[in-house]
Amino acid sequence: MAAKPVLYYFDGRGKMESIRWLLAAAGVEFEEVFLETREQYEKLLQSGVLMFQQVPMVEIDGMKLVQTRAILNYIAGKYNLYGKDLKERALIDMYVGGTDDLMGFLLSFPFLSAEDKVKQCAFVVQKATSRYFPAYEKVLKDHGQDFLVGNRLSWADIHLLEAILMLEEKKSDALSGFPLLQAFKKRISSIPTIKKFLAPGSKRKPISDDKYVETVRRVLRMYYDVKPN
Amino acid sequence: MSGKPVLHYANIRGRMEPIRWLLAAAGVEFEERILKTKDDLQKLRTDGCLLFQQVPMVEIDGMKMVQTRAILNYIAGKYNLYGKDLKERALIDMYVEGLADLFELIMYHEFKPANEKEKDLANIMDKATNRYLPVFEKVLKDHGHDFLVGNKLSKADVSLLENILGLEELKPDALAKFPLLQSFKARMSNIPSIKKFLQPGSAKKPLIQEKDIPSVIAIFH
Repeated sequence: MAAKPVLYYFDGRGKMESIRWLLAAAGVEFEEVFLETREQYEKLLQSGVLMFQQVPMVEIDGMKLVQTRAILNYIAGKYNLYGKDLKERALIDMYVGGTDDLMGFLLSFPFLSAEDKVKQCAFVVQKATSRYFPAYEKVLKDHGQDFLVGNRLSWADIHLLEAILMLEEKKSDALSGFPLLQAFKKRISSIPTIKKFLAPGSKRKPISDDKYVETVRRVLRMYYDVKPN
Repeated sequence: MSGKPVLHYANIRGRMEPIRWLLAAAGVEFEERILKTKDDLQKLRTDGCLLFQQVPMVEIDGMKMVQTRAILNYIAGKYNLYGKDLKERALIDMYVEGLADLFELIMYHEFKPANEKEKDLANIMDKATNRYLPVFEKVLKDHGHDFLVGNKLSKADVSLLENILGLEELKPDALAKFPLLQSFKARMSNIPSIKKFLQPGSAKKPLIQEKDIPSVIAIFH
């Protein structure tokens, strides 16, 4: 009997959100165990299920996978979202690397002071509009296709949509000047599995708030003094 | 035209070193274009060679690849160093990603100012001996094989050897408590392609000398 994947993380976006996106886009239902207390985390640590003592961890197909990229690679491979050959995989890995770097700048955001949040916001928007969005706009322009790689939905498209929406939360007109990305956003958002994930009641997590920050600090006893880029 | 991969980076280990290791382990000869100044990097940018304006960049099989992981995954896939199926790939990826976190600490250590080096080294050795090395000692102990995954050389083994040697450069007895890792290191170092890479005159880069740090930083900032 195929058990659903189980996601171990906080009740918030962090590093698990890209995994939720990919599973949802692939139409895979999953369950979640939310870390709320230090004791819960220490129990997990003692049980030896966290290979490097860290979350995210995903129980899937009899494995207890850790390391976000390893988990994402596995899901993409399993659900045919990783291209048809080595060269398509190379392109997907390159594009995902870019969106990962971009979204990575936002990981620390909830933990920053109000003043540093303003700085970090400007930093991320500048990187998005001068470095990352132009690259993806050009990819779409050069081949004129609906998807980034191989004329077919892949992990790269899902990851880019996630990044676009996160940027728009920081600057609502982040895509102005990128007409192909605007059309891309509409197109990918209307794919049934993704549309469902974007609708209320899905497992998509909201922007991290102070409660999330408090929980992470309490459970991990870390991230008390986070600096902006 | 040689058809050999061409590596574009500064004359340091940095983020390109794992790529040099993997190509060498796979027995693949490559060329390097060394960036010496900021202008060299700018030229690559204005020529449109860098997808995200960053190096490492590797010209390989008609592609201008960027993003270290993408490059490593491609080389591993091409040269059969990525396991035989999805599940072996998952294990390899888990191990490599864990080692990448350790590698990041070791890589930046070279550039820490003198007054921060001691504390930083203590942190690296703490993470190495309590978080990372025990995992790989246990993996080897549990299955008793020579290699980490699938009883066959993979990019996980190459990455583990690279990191072990990096740790030993910082603290020669880093492997004192890990007998299986010690024999792993000896075994791996004897693989002909790797043995060759570990000899003087190979493409393996030395640790950066303090006098060279400012000019390297100037390229990237």
